[in-house]
Amino acid sequence: MSLFVFGYFALLIAGSSLAAYYERRDVFGVLFTVTLASLIFGLIWGQTAFWAVTIIAIMLAAAGGLGYSFRAYMVMLLPDKAARFMKSAPVTASFGLLVIIITLLLAIFADLVAPFGERAIVGDVWQAAGTACSGRNPFGQVIDGECLLGTDNLGRDMLSRLIYGAQTTISVAAAAGVLSFAIGMFLSFTAAAVGGWVDQVLSRINDLMLAIPTLIFALVVLAALPQNVYILVAVMATIDQTRVFRLGRAVAIDIAVQDFVEAARLRGEGWFWIIFREILPNVLTPLIAEFGLRFAFAILFLSSLSFLGLGIQPPEADWGGMVKDNKDGIIFLVPAALYAGAAIATLAVCVNMVVDWLLNRTASLKGGRG
Amino acid sequence: MNPVLSLILLRVGIGLLVILAISALLFIGVELLPGDFARNFLGQSATPEAVANIRKELGLDQPLLTRYFDWLGGVLTGDFGTSWANKASVNEQLFKRLSNTLFLAAVAAVFAVPIAVSLGMVAVFFRNRLPDHVINIVSLAAISMPEFFVGYLFIFFFALLLGFGDGPPIIPNAPLWSLANVQLVALPAATLVVVVLAHMMRMTRAAILNIMDSAYIETAELKGVRMMTIIRKHAAPNAIAPIINVVALNLAYLVVGVVVVEVIFAYPGMGQYFVDAVTVRDMPVVQACGVVFAAVYVVLNMVADVGAILANPRLMHPK
Repeated sequence: MSLFVFGYFALLIAGSSLAAYYERRDVFGVLFTVTLASLIFGLIWGQTAFWAVTIIAIMLAAAGGLGYSFRAYMVMLLPDKAARFMKSAPVTASFGLLVIIITLLLAIFADLVAPFGERAIVGDVWQAAGTACSGRNPFGQVIDGECLLGTDNLGRDMLSRLIYGAQTTISVAAAAGVLSFAIGMFLSFTAAAVGGWVDQVLSRINDLMLAIPTLIFALVVLAALPQNVYILVAVMATIDQTRVFRLGRAVAIDIAVQDFVEAARLRGEGWFWIIFREILPNVLTPLIAEFGLRFAFAILFLSSLSFLGLGIQPPEADWGGMVKDNKDGIIFLVPAALYAGAAIATLAVCVNMVVDWLLNRTASLKGGRG
Repeated sequence: MNPVLSLILLRVGIGLLVILAISALLFIGVELLPGDFARNFLGQSATPEAVANIRKELGLDQPLLTRYFDWLGGVLTGDFGTSWANKASVNEQLFKRLSNTLFLAAVAAVFAVPIAVSLGMVAVFFRNRLPDHVINIVSLAAISMPEFFVGYLFIFFFALLLGFGDGPPIIPNAPLWSLANVQLVALPAATLVVVVLAHMMRMTRAAILNIMDSAYIETAELKGVRMMTIIRKHAAPNAIAPIINVVALNLAYLVVGVVVVEVIFAYPGMGQYFVDAVTVRDMPVVQACGVVFAAVYVVLNMVADVGAILANPRLMHPK
């Protein structure tokens, strides 16, 4: 038995015993379950199973530690009120926030960070990670370097493509998110404030659109329209605003019957005033969480469309399209497609973790999820 | 007439109306969009004469409403028209592929439903303790993963590295509903399970938590009834309706998730047919697939409603 296996079990058993001694039932439960499961899977797959568990545990610990430190750091740096807000974040949310900030910075400063240009061919097709390659950098100079994540199906640097892909994916998803949010909010508040047949018509059309699955609807509409990025954003926003509309209308109607709105109406204020000065300030918190959800959804939706070949068109780098371009490499055990997929999944997970925190926060302010 | 029966008939009627409205939206609404089918179909560089010719050939010179009602009449008699791309009848392909798709979705559902419901119960049992948090984070991660990432991870690790299961292309053999085919679609079905499991589990958890929070459960607890008896006699009968609802809603989601999964695994189902048609802008096929997908979705939602009515005596007598 190798030293690694010995150490692995020693650590797990010691950890379980300590947890049991200090009566941390849940920690003990998890640790001992992992111990028993390792015994069984170790018999089937041998050491590989232990390595997998160890690597996952180290990654989780690193993520947890990063999240914890980042929260402490932000609490230290931020002014008083924001610091108190940041303190309420669980470790998962603060890790999510850190990753989102890093990704945004990478996307904004892509030209400075990326080792090679977005479309520069720097080596052979599907070179392995860490091999030497040479080509033009983002400023057009020919440089020699290393492809840290290998090359893609046309011999372009995978890492640079991922960084530029972040730029495209995030900006298009954010545009679609903002637009869907704006349309949905405007229509739902109008419906709630004006009421009557306007509300009826808007709500029934919305119900009808909600009855068609999002992806199916998008594919039918995109088949009928010319392919370009503005149309893509418009279609994504139009389809996604139905979800915002439903929430916005429910929230606004809830508020619209309250006394201060009634008072404003009797005062003779116009509906524009009622929407933006009376209703909007009162519904801001759940709406911010909703916006996060819409953004996460837009990232996944855009990636799915690009993967099906109907989103962003090549040669522009975007994560969903990169999975599509490199999917044939999987059969030759080239993981290029998985890198792009992992990037999408990571960003979406992080956004969702932050949203989860905000949702829990608004729920606890009202006392329960209701 | 029996009030329950009329209520159910009403739901079914509304469902059929919604399907009709969707068909109108997908046919007329899409046509009203800026952009010309004939020009899109031929590409931007087509000459005006070629566009005019193809419009005539495909019948696009007829008025919109005439074409819609012709098409609707065809659909109601089970004829979805002919494809522009290969001039073949849409029907034959559509029904063969629909059964392939339903087979894949059914295999996934058989595994996903029991696992999701029991995991949801585990999460409720360990509410706000470590197992609940772990399940919460893992399911949040699963929701955030795009289908194609899960699919290619499975192909990479299981089919290629561990030699377990088949990678693309996956083409089912002659008797479709056979054990051999279940084994063949193991990986695409597993991908679908992962995609739908997390949603279903989170919704189950929320539905059961909602019931466990209600006053009559608290009363039973305060009376000193044992936990198992509370669950068996008070909670379970009331939980059936929301769980049926959750399951049906997620089956509807599954039918849509199948589109991407079929493309990943090159599985000859409706999703693949649909995406191919969208790529070449073959509108009759696109509209036929769109309407069928939407109809399946609406019908499953309708089943969720009807199931909830049947399982919940309170809903049988709406105020």
